[in-house]
Amino acid sequence: MITYLEAIREAQRQALENDPRVYIYGQDVGAFGGAFKATKSLAQSFPGRVLDSPISEDAMVGSAIGAALQGMRPIVEMQFADFSTVGFNQIVNQAATMFWRTGLPCPITVRLPSGGTPGSGPFHSQNLEALYAHYPGLILMTPATVEDAYAMLLEAVAIDDPVIFCEHKYLYYHLKADSLPKEALPAGKARVARAGRDATVVTYSAMVHESLAAADELATEGWEIEVIDLRTIKPLDTDTVLASVARTGRVLAVGEAWPWGGVTAEILARVAAEGFNLLDAPPMRLNSKDTPVPYHPNLWGTHRPTARSIADSLRVLLRS
Amino acid sequence: MHDMFRLAEAHRPSCTAVEFPETYRRAYRWMLLARVAEEKIASLFRGGRIIGGVFLGRGQEAISVATGMALRDGDIFAPLIRDQAGRLAFGESLLDFTLTYLGARSGPMRGRDGNVHRGRPKEGLLPMISHLGAMVSVVNGMLMAHRFQKKENTVGAACLGEGATSTGAFHESLNQAAVEKLPLILVITNNQYAYSTPNHRQFACNDLVDKAIGYGVKGHSVDGTDLSACLETIGGAVCAARDGEGPQLIIASNLRLAGHGEHDDAHYISQHFKELQLGRDCLDVAQNHMLAQKWADASMLDIWLRDSQSLVEEAVAHSLREPAPDPAKEDWCALASRHLLEGNPPQPTHLN
Ligand SMILES: Cc1ncc(C[n+]2csc(CCOP(=O)(O)OP(=O)(O)O)c2C)c(N)n1
Ligand SMILES: [Mg+2]
Repeated sequence: MITYLEAIREAQRQALENDPRVYIYGQDVGAFGGAFKATKSLAQSFPGRVLDSPISEDAMVGSAIGAALQGMRPIVEMQFADFSTVGFNQIVNQAATMFWRTGLPCPITVRLPSGGTPGSGPFHSQNLEALYAHYPGLILMTPATVEDAYAMLLEAVAIDDPVIFCEHKYLYYHLKADSLPKEALPAGKARVARAGRDATVVTYSAMVHESLAAADELATEGWEIEVIDLRTIKPLDTDTVLASVARTGRVLAVGEAWPWGGVTAEILARVAAEGFNLLDAPPMRLNSKDTPVPYHPNLWGTHRPTARSIADSLRVLLRS
Repeated sequence: MHDMFRLAEAHRPSCTAVEFPETYRRAYRWMLLARVAEEKIASLFRGGRIIGGVFLGRGQEAISVATGMALRDGDIFAPLIRDQAGRLAFGESLLDFTLTYLGARSGPMRGRDGNVHRGRPKEGLLPMISHLGAMVSVVNGMLMAHRFQKKENTVGAACLGEGATSTGAFHESLNQAAVEKLPLILVITNNQYAYSTPNHRQFACNDLVDKAIGYGVKGHSVDGTDLSACLETIGGAVCAARDGEGPQLIIASNLRLAGHGEHDDAHYISQHFKELQLGRDCLDVAQNHMLAQKWADASMLDIWLRDSQSLVEEAVAHSLREPAPDPAKEDWCALASRHLLEGNPPQPTHLN
């Protein structure tokens, strides 16, 4: 058995092994192996290529950009996605504009340990994919499975553009697979995680699992729910979403991030604009509440969408 | 085409004392060319011929040229808004300057970015983003890459104004360079103002060079109006960095002899500074020095001036004939991986 976290570590090991241009840079990633142990033992296996950085997210990303311009393939680990805002400027203004301005690719991978876990609170729980997806020039990955965590991270390192890799901390230990994949869907391709007939849930990252659980629950009531795992937020696979909506006529977009704007709003905008006549009911979306992420599990469990709240939304959608 | 707009072969300094007067004369000629070129763009700006802002390096040519000249092939240079002289000395074509200011499709930024936001990163010349301080860690990363790639004896120089020392990016990047012991030369030109903000509203330390000790890097102070001092100080710092002595912080003092940009009349600049040594025009100082040392005479100076003027006139005339970018032919794609543009078919993934 291999966990989601181990898959991320194995992908990095594989990338270091395959490609001498790859190095890893981040706080405590060296001998210590990272705050979540995503780089455990890599510094020992690849001496000089897994480097501890000072607590300087701006300079971490800036230097990765410089190294990429000189032919390297850096992987930057943010200790938590939340702290990437300190490196935001380098990501969105330097990395994201580089190719367009100069014609020189900027192949960096920035790993963002994202999302809520009980007790993590406002500054260790954030989901920032919409923020980064807003900027042209970035690729946004949000793997929901062990297999995708592995395959997509390897793909991220190979891509010639800056990739923001949003790995979900809640899945780190919870999610297990029998083995690592030999092949995978490419970036930009969504996956039908569960086929259904009555309604489509479009989601990504940890919310895929909450949505699948909701679909299980509704199955006991006789409904067949289709669940789409977007995998990459940018590019967004609108075709797969529309094809699903064409089958079901109903859509609920679910995201753990905040409700204003963002991925779920983007999905519904596209469905409404490009597939309005496929709809048998007004499209719905479900996000976290519009407050900072709370610390206490009682609050946190209500703040974000869960299998139960997704199932409730689906019941409304199916009745409308 | 490009080569005729280069005055001479890029200078290849050795890590020894600066060779006067040859180096000095060469430096002066880059400074003069920069000054003439910028005045030309300023006059085009006044005539409404320039799209966007114009930012001049008037009064900063000495420190800038010294930086550009101390670098050599394989080195990295991250100039800022007032580094026209340093750019030329580093090897940037004058055409890159005129084509970019005039918004030509054939310039290095292809009309996608303008004025001082230009560069050729493949050739070690970084195109600045506006966000002050942000280029320094990029230079660090390029130097880290050189270390990985075993490219030895290269250095990287980044230029900032004193105002930029207040950014987090300055702090993070200088500390990063110190921790990694990178051959970074960080040139701070303290021209007394950041836009309209005087130094007492920018920082509270006695002297910016005192910051060096806090970062564990070597600090140097230099009179930014004195070309000899600039050549020697920067030359020495670059040699030290090349010899493995780690980051070098240089504080050059001068006065900005222009508005922040050409839209700004700089009425807020105190008369007091204009009367100090730091208020001198480094170009005048260099000219007088050469005359006094008999390194040049009036007729040589005149020839150099006319050479510069004709180079600039030709570059501008050429650039004015170049077509502007065409939105219908523009490639509206911000990704190097074209297959990842939305709407394009995804490509298969191969693992291992
Ligand atoms: C992070 C950031 N904030 C604000 C600005 C706007 N800005 C451009 S130049 C400038 C003043 C810079 O002063 P200084 O660093 O001293 O350089 P100088 O213009 O004097 O050469 C300001 C505030 C900017 N470019 N970047
Ligand atoms: Mg200043």
